[in-house]
Amino acid sequence: MTRKQFRLVFIAGALGVIGVSVGLMLYALRGSVALFLSPSEIVEKAVKPGARLRIGGLVSKGSTDKTASRLAFTVSDGAHEIGVDCVGACYGGIPDLFREGQGVVAEGVLEPSGRLQADQILAKHDERYMPREVVEALKKQGRWQESQ
Amino acid sequence: MIVEAGHFALTLALALSLLQCALPFWGARKGDATLMGVGDSAALGQLLFVGLAFAGLAYAHMTSDFSVVNVAENSNSALPPIYKFAGVWGNHEGSMLLWSLILALFGALVATTGAGLPRRLRADALAVQGLIGAAFLAFLLFTSDPFARLSPAPFEGRDLNPILQDPGLAIHPPLLYVGYVGFSIVFSFAAAALIEGRIDAAWARFVRPYTLVAWGFLTLGIAMGSYWAYYTLGWGGFWFWDPVENASLMPWLAGTAFLHSVAVMEKRDALKVWTIFLAILAFSFSLLGTFLVRSGVLTSVHAFASDPTRGVVILAILGAFIAGSLSLFAWRAPLLKQGGIFAPISREGALVANNLFLTSACAAVLVGTLYPLALEQITGAKISVGAPFFNASAGVLGLATTFLTPFGFSLAWKRGDLLGVAQRLSVALAGGAATLVALLAISNGGPVLAPIAAALAVFVMLGSLAEAIARAFRGGAGLGSALHRLLGLPLSFWGGAMAHFGVGVVLLGLSATGFGAEAIVAMRPGQPVEVGPYRVTYERLLPRPGPNYAEVAARMKVTLDGADVVTLEPARRNFGARKMSTSQAGIATLHLGQLYISISDPAADGTLPARLYWKPLVTLIWLGALLMAFGGAVSLADRRLRIGAPIRAKAPAGTAAA
Repeated sequence: MTRKQFRLVFIAGALGVIGVSVGLMLYALRGSVALFLSPSEIVEKAVKPGARLRIGGLVSKGSTDKTASRLAFTVSDGAHEIGVDCVGACYGGIPDLFREGQGVVAEGVLEPSGRLQADQILAKHDERYMPREVVEALKKQGRWQESQ
Repeated sequence: MIVEAGHFALTLALALSLLQCALPFWGARKGDATLMGVGDSAALGQLLFVGLAFAGLAYAHMTSDFSVVNVAENSNSALPPIYKFAGVWGNHEGSMLLWSLILALFGALVATTGAGLPRRLRADALAVQGLIGAAFLAFLLFTSDPFARLSPAPFEGRDLNPILQDPGLAIHPPLLYVGYVGFSIVFSFAAAALIEGRIDAAWARFVRPYTLVAWGFLTLGIAMGSYWAYYTLGWGGFWFWDPVENASLMPWLAGTAFLHSVAVMEKRDALKVWTIFLAILAFSFSLLGTFLVRSGVLTSVHAFASDPTRGVVILAILGAFIAGSLSLFAWRAPLLKQGGIFAPISREGALVANNLFLTSACAAVLVGTLYPLALEQITGAKISVGAPFFNASAGVLGLATTFLTPFGFSLAWKRGDLLGVAQRLSVALAGGAATLVALLAISNGGPVLAPIAAALAVFVMLGSLAEAIARAFRGGAGLGSALHRLLGLPLSFWGGAMAHFGVGVVLLGLSATGFGAEAIVAMRPGQPVEVGPYRVTYERLLPRPGPNYAEVAARMKVTLDGADVVTLEPARRNFGARKMSTSQAGIATLHLGQLYISISDPAADGTLPARLYWKPLVTLIWLGALLMAFGGAVSLADRRLRIGAPIRAKAPAGTAAA
């Protein structure tokens, strides 16, 4: 085998693997990407049901309804509210820091009823912390004070 | 006073690191042995003074000196001593100090163990290591001073984040940092080789021990972090494809690729330019990880002290080192002599495939981690990329790599015989196929990924042993001489076999998650709940005081077919100082699987919301990682790989050439 052939085999193999992995990534990117929106953006943009979303805001005071297998609450950015349902795997993963009045990020699919069927709830494990997206959503609504 | 001394020591360390950068480099250009020798003493001095600074901060934490901002914000007089100490690195400043300490440690390691290295290479490597040290020490002193004072001093500290009050904090960050930062030395050697414009098989032999140390610790660190998240976050997950986890996985993937390509270079003097590139890549990912973790630009489920403003400085350091090293690479790499060529079907060929798959998996993780960030900067749209992306891209590429592993391990160098290898692996292939058929029959129309992963795991485990057995029985040796030969196989071979076996063990543990059971219920006292083969009965609540928290545990009796197995006490802890609570999962290890119970606060009606999981073979995930790291250690113990060894072996003529 000459050096030229060697290089050819090498490059062909490399291109093959890179091609396959780029293909895999493009395939995988469909369906596992969630757009981050605030409750106001969901209402204003009239997002269609079935879209995969991450919504962020504060858990409205007095809105949580927790039973043995289901958690329901509303997420607010001060101007609008979106209801969230959390059952199954989502219910199993409710973080310790989930609390009314605190920042929260919920990921899931928007139902025709306008509520979010969440499959994951994120709340950072530090009481000082507010998810970055939530801060920005609140700032847009003018509900954010730097001292918070 | 001790705190000020610590600050002063850090300043001295910065000065020494600048000397370590400039003098040996200049000496190597001038051929001045004295100047080159300064590198060694400067590296040792840097370790001494960073060590003193670290001791100073540790002293402030242990004595609860709340006049130091760092202590006041992250410690409390009621903390148990172990968390007072571990709290030193449980915050931004302290963890960067630990980073610098380990950086200095690796520099000193080269100074003390590098007697067999060529003088110029050692001087240049120490100079580059000094430059990295200078950048991070300056970062510490000018933006993240851990010794800043507070006046007036508060009477009590704000306490360490309760989530971090766990033995995991004492173990996980140091392990991970030794791995992460250990790749700095590989980077320094690569840069030194580029400066020299020369690289050969000896270079590969020099860097291999340091790489093995870094890789082994990184493996342990990731596994430990995963186990910590598993038992502390309370929903039984062990890997979330979280940005912070990805940040540690990327250097691991690049480092694993490097470990394999450096073996090709050592044995066959090929893949030189590619190996240098991987060395740069591995440490660049370490720096990127530090930036992602410390800056908090990506939302993570894990607890970290982050600060966006200082993140920018890390980004600048990251950019400078990556751009600098890649420019050096572009300028000097063409000078490196091309290595030998080999047939596509050979061990080299298989290792090239391994490298392609590992770096592609690494690229997929990188894309998934940074794509949201890039998209937001460009279009303003905020998105998140979920686990399905990583499973379908990096996961699939990882499985492909695993499938190739036994083939690569069994192929001969230069020109391999695929048919012969397939024969040698026939038992392993049959074992894998049998596993696949059996599991598909059991799961009967269920998800196919778990059986496929399990079959691959069995194939890799058997395949790792097959090569040892084939070598022992080569030429129809009898049982006695085969056993003798088995023991005579070099340690580096056994290390490789163990690490590959460990990969199979991890994969088996991962695939078993597809066969687990879970129950999310409100438990009533006396009412049993079935999970997997076990029956769990909630008996009563037990309030218990802790040193700096109040705990409520729930007594749960576990039975199997009516016989008592174990009693678990999952608990909730309330921390007064920060007004937050954490949950302590109750975990019982039963035949390599685990029964995992996590509870929420008891409801007003006397019920207890609980999550119960039965996870068969789940411990294999971490045991396998331990085995991989142990394989690295065994390989490291091989005398032939020690740095001085090639020189000592020169005495009996010609034997070293093998």
